[in-house]
Amino acid sequence: MTIAAEPAVQVQGDRVSLLRVLGPAHVWALGVGIVLVGEFTGWNFAADKGGALAALIVCWIVGLLYTSVAMIDSEVTSTVAAAGGQYAQAKHIVGPLMAFNVALFLVFAYTMLEVSDAILLGDTIVAKAGVEGLNHNSFIAATIVVLAWLNYRGVLMTLNVNFVITAIAYVSIVILFLSVSPWTQGAVLKLNELVTPGNALPYGWIGVIAAFQFGIWYYLGIEGTTQAAEEVRSPARSLPYGTMAGMITLLIAAAMTWYVCASLMPWEYLGITYYPLWDAGKLTGSALLENLLFIATLLAALASANGCINDAARAWFSLGRDRYLPTWFSAVHPKYRTPYRSILFLLPIALAFAFIADLNQAITFSILSGVLQYTFMSINIIMFRKKWPLGSIRRGYTHPFHPLPAIVLFCLCVVTFFAIFLGFGSQLIAMVAFYFLISLWFHFYRYKFVRRGAQFTMPWPKPQGY
Amino acid sequence: MARYTPPEQSKAGQVFDIAVVVVAIFVALWLPLKLGLAGAAKSIDALDAKTWEALGQNPTMASIWEKLGYTPETAHDIIQNRFHYIIDWPTLIIMAAVLIGYFIFLFRASDREYRDVINEKFDDK
Repeated sequence: MTIAAEPAVQVQGDRVSLLRVLGPAHVWALGVGIVLVGEFTGWNFAADKGGALAALIVCWIVGLLYTSVAMIDSEVTSTVAAAGGQYAQAKHIVGPLMAFNVALFLVFAYTMLEVSDAILLGDTIVAKAGVEGLNHNSFIAATIVVLAWLNYRGVLMTLNVNFVITAIAYVSIVILFLSVSPWTQGAVLKLNELVTPGNALPYGWIGVIAAFQFGIWYYLGIEGTTQAAEEVRSPARSLPYGTMAGMITLLIAAAMTWYVCASLMPWEYLGITYYPLWDAGKLTGSALLENLLFIATLLAALASANGCINDAARAWFSLGRDRYLPTWFSAVHPKYRTPYRSILFLLPIALAFAFIADLNQAITFSILSGVLQYTFMSINIIMFRKKWPLGSIRRGYTHPFHPLPAIVLFCLCVVTFFAIFLGFGSQLIAMVAFYFLISLWFHFYRYKFVRRGAQFTMPWPKPQGY
Repeated sequence: MARYTPPEQSKAGQVFDIAVVVVAIFVALWLPLKLGLAGAAKSIDALDAKTWEALGQNPTMASIWEKLGYTPETAHDIIQNRFHYIIDWPTLIIMAAVLIGYFIFLFRASDREYRDVINEKFDDK
């Protein structure tokens, strides 16, 4: 079904809006650009939690989770095409408190992902330099500040840069894959000797479940495509195409990455290294591949951090615009038309955490917020179809097999919560406790500043059941 | 339904709310790090004999470790640093209760707020 949806947000009076300049390629670059760094670091911690085979199993199963996310998201976003993505969806379908929480999930998931990217970039440069006493902090600070400036200057330039560096990073994975003769075992790749029946699942099947936590990292952030909904020329067409193409791209990259890395290093090392693909390049013995993967690791981290700043700032901007947070955040730059105050506000927060958190801690913070958000999405689509059944409103895209993707997504989220509990339970409880408390603050205090009916901006009929 | 007019928030109030949010963010993310609640719960199963065989590494694995610059002694703490997946049922129950309670509160409170939004939006027409 491809009926075009109306643009969600119209410019009113002298209100300055975001620019509609993006096409499907930018949507692809935004989604894949954020996520591709997951192939360069993070996914491999799944091997630490469950062994090399567990990392492959979760690559596929979590791929199913994200296919459900992409299907559901494409339908809702192509219909609720407004900045803030899932935040705008929650506002129109579930209610203000849920929207407030979803925006925080987004901001935390993307800001901590940006922090992870900056740490990866700093550590990679320090490791390459091999200079005694060289600290990664200056590289982290430079990365975050320069990318924030780029985002401040304009979304089109930002995403054009992302498109180029994401494409280079992706091609490097393909080049590595083809260079190691993937069709032949024994010459370069030694999968049979590294992943044996004795060590494939060192913790058994409980390790496979535990590995779900970092399996999420293969794809986390693909749903960020929806953040650009208000800046896309044709949301109904570009968002589903860009998101689905991104998902296919990532599934292929994840499979290639696992195969090459698991065939080149023991699972114990694979599970703890910060740069599995760069290490894979080194282990091939080719200086060219080593340098290519070094550069690609940096580019992937840059592209991801760039996209994360873009997405987190838009979610924060939306909160200010709807008065869920002080309206000061809702300012759009008069010249660059970007949410510049939100970009600047989140900058020191990212810097602070980049200096105090470890890579796997920052990744876990990001994953936690991501899984909370996916849990919301599985329930949100059920409510969306119930309140506005097919035919009652114009949808840009209708996903098939409803409610199967929602049920699959919900079940996989429950498994992932259990996976996080296995090894990172305290962190999970602390974060959920925070969301609980900040929700009480919003519901009982902050909501009084919010206009009621004005929050509902879609030209839809009254929802069924109300 | 009468249209709800929210109070205008003063500049000082806006600054205060921003401060609350910043503090909340730092407490949520920084405190677990400070209290050691973040990160993987792993421990080292130490071995007396530090050889590639004792560490369960075949000749191919050993050659890769050496290529990466490791000896059996330096690789020992990496290889033997393991998760111990013992399900702590009281903690699991607390985690499940916190999560379920959180989502129930979210959906119920959101629904109350949502009804106001819908009533105001559609009763105007």
